[in-house]
Amino acid sequence: MADLTRLTAAETAERIASGAVSAVEVAEAHLARIDAVDEKVHAFLHVDREGALAKAREVDGKRARGEELGPLAGVPLALKDIFTTKGVPTTVGSKILEGWIPPYDATVTRKLKEADVVILGKTNMDEFAMGSSTENSAYGPTGNPWDLTRVPGGSGGGSSAAITAYEAPLAIGTDTGGSIRQPAAVTGTVGVKPTYGGVSRYGMVAFSSSLDQAGPCARTVLDAALLHSVIAGHDELDSTSIDQPVPDVVAAARNGSVEGLRVGVVTEFRGEGYQAGVLQRVDETVELLRELGAEIVEVSCPSFTKALAAYYLIAPSECSSNLARFDAMRYGLRVGDDGSHSAEEVTALTREEGFGDEVKRRIMLGTYALSSGYYDAYYGSAQKVRTLITRDFERAFSQVDVLVSPTTPTTAFPLGERADDPMAMYLADLCTIPANLAGNAAMSVPCGLAPEDGLPVGLQIIAPAMADDRLYRVGAALEAAHQARWGHPLLEEAPSL
Amino acid sequence: MPGISREEVAHLARLARLELKDEELDHFAGQLDDIIGAVAAVSDVAEEDVPPTSHPLPLTNVMRPDVVRPGLTPEQALSGAPAQEQQRFKVPQILGED
Repeated sequence: MADLTRLTAAETAERIASGAVSAVEVAEAHLARIDAVDEKVHAFLHVDREGALAKAREVDGKRARGEELGPLAGVPLALKDIFTTKGVPTTVGSKILEGWIPPYDATVTRKLKEADVVILGKTNMDEFAMGSSTENSAYGPTGNPWDLTRVPGGSGGGSSAAITAYEAPLAIGTDTGGSIRQPAAVTGTVGVKPTYGGVSRYGMVAFSSSLDQAGPCARTVLDAALLHSVIAGHDELDSTSIDQPVPDVVAAARNGSVEGLRVGVVTEFRGEGYQAGVLQRVDETVELLRELGAEIVEVSCPSFTKALAAYYLIAPSECSSNLARFDAMRYGLRVGDDGSHSAEEVTALTREEGFGDEVKRRIMLGTYALSSGYYDAYYGSAQKVRTLITRDFERAFSQVDVLVSPTTPTTAFPLGERADDPMAMYLADLCTIPANLAGNAAMSVPCGLAPEDGLPVGLQIIAPAMADDRLYRVGAALEAAHQARWGHPLLEEAPSL
Repeated sequence: MPGISREEVAHLARLARLELKDEELDHFAGQLDDIIGAVAAVSDVAEEDVPPTSHPLPLTNVMRPDVVRPGLTPEQALSGAPAQEQQRFKVPQILGED
């Protein structure tokens, strides 16, 4: 039998539904792949072997009895360790939640289970989703399957590495400033940040509540769409969830086309700091869009040059407030409870031991930006920049249907290179942050390998809020045209592990 | 805008309930100074007449009918507690001796 781990999610679901293969066989093939390669890749923090096989048996049983199957029945998935999973450990990549077993499921987890998806386990991530390399995980870094000495991106490096290494066809990530799109770009996979409010945040550990958004990671545009449609939709448990129908992303992914589409190229996202090979592949892809019938327009969004600065005030401010809940009283780590310390001292001792450097930096930065005397100059100004960025997007989308840019300024950088240089690390999210600040939908799709290092380059596509389907229409058209040109999916050029 | 001193970092750490070690104060002071220097770029717009945006959605209060529905059992709610007693979270001493 062909290697089941090489199938797309769409193919896997079809074969299971038709009885050509059982869900248990598919789950076992992926668990075996994890056993074979994850010691090198370290995509997973926890593999839920029993849970995965139990779900797979349930799917096979349902099928045998002729019961209706969920849309992704039996398809294995790797879940970022930021979503609560009832009875399965959830650490958020932090020591402060080591060993915590949530008593409830996140809405995303619940929806995956209802769709009969087989959750294989929880993936590695930068602690509390703060980082661009997965090196800030308290449990050690993840390797990029294209080159294990390089980062898989972050914060969702475990999710992107898992699908790149064929440990799962699907994964879930979260994107606060680029944590789905940047890992997708540097691993040659597809990653989507849905419109803010498109996917419920209930049970997703909060980092920056006005920016955090869950989304799909996959090897193909159609697979991402299938997963998107399963997790999206209104949820009364999240008061910021949008109460509108989900755009038909699956139909869009099945009908890729850019004929007559107006595509804006963001002029601010090039120049100093951008790798030549990244810009080359992006330019070629823009040319390809033109050949496919799109109208290409240069669009200037001047406020985008201040997006990074605004983000590194807004996100830390919100995180300093959100992470106050880790007080050592109700769950998680507790340090110094020996009768000689007050509750307040125990909180401070626990946070000192339980949080890593980047989390501490951001909590202090946010505390600073929100403190009286600095609030107007920092947090207040950052909120004004947020308005200006939103206006830039509105102006741009009055001229074009989608915007495109590089997803990241460079390809995957070496592990360790930026680990203790926060500003250098932050630059990895330069192009992805504006969509978070404005709440737009955005996707990263592969557009080839950079000539100088042979590593994947991603093209970012940005659409207006609630026009997520446009991403899939463009992404699917590009994917088909690229594969016609390359003769195979990009991932087939990755070295075998 | 002014940079950030080691003393200010120590003050921030106290406000944020982080019991930082001395060497961490030195390390973070330099890094936070760099970061604050970079993010200060936003202050160009401080005087501009632009309304602030706190959230991508126009938020209003979201209400639902106030009906009783199942929640966590006491055992579930306490399942992650570092210490518990009589179905309650047990915490270290909050008030002083006297």
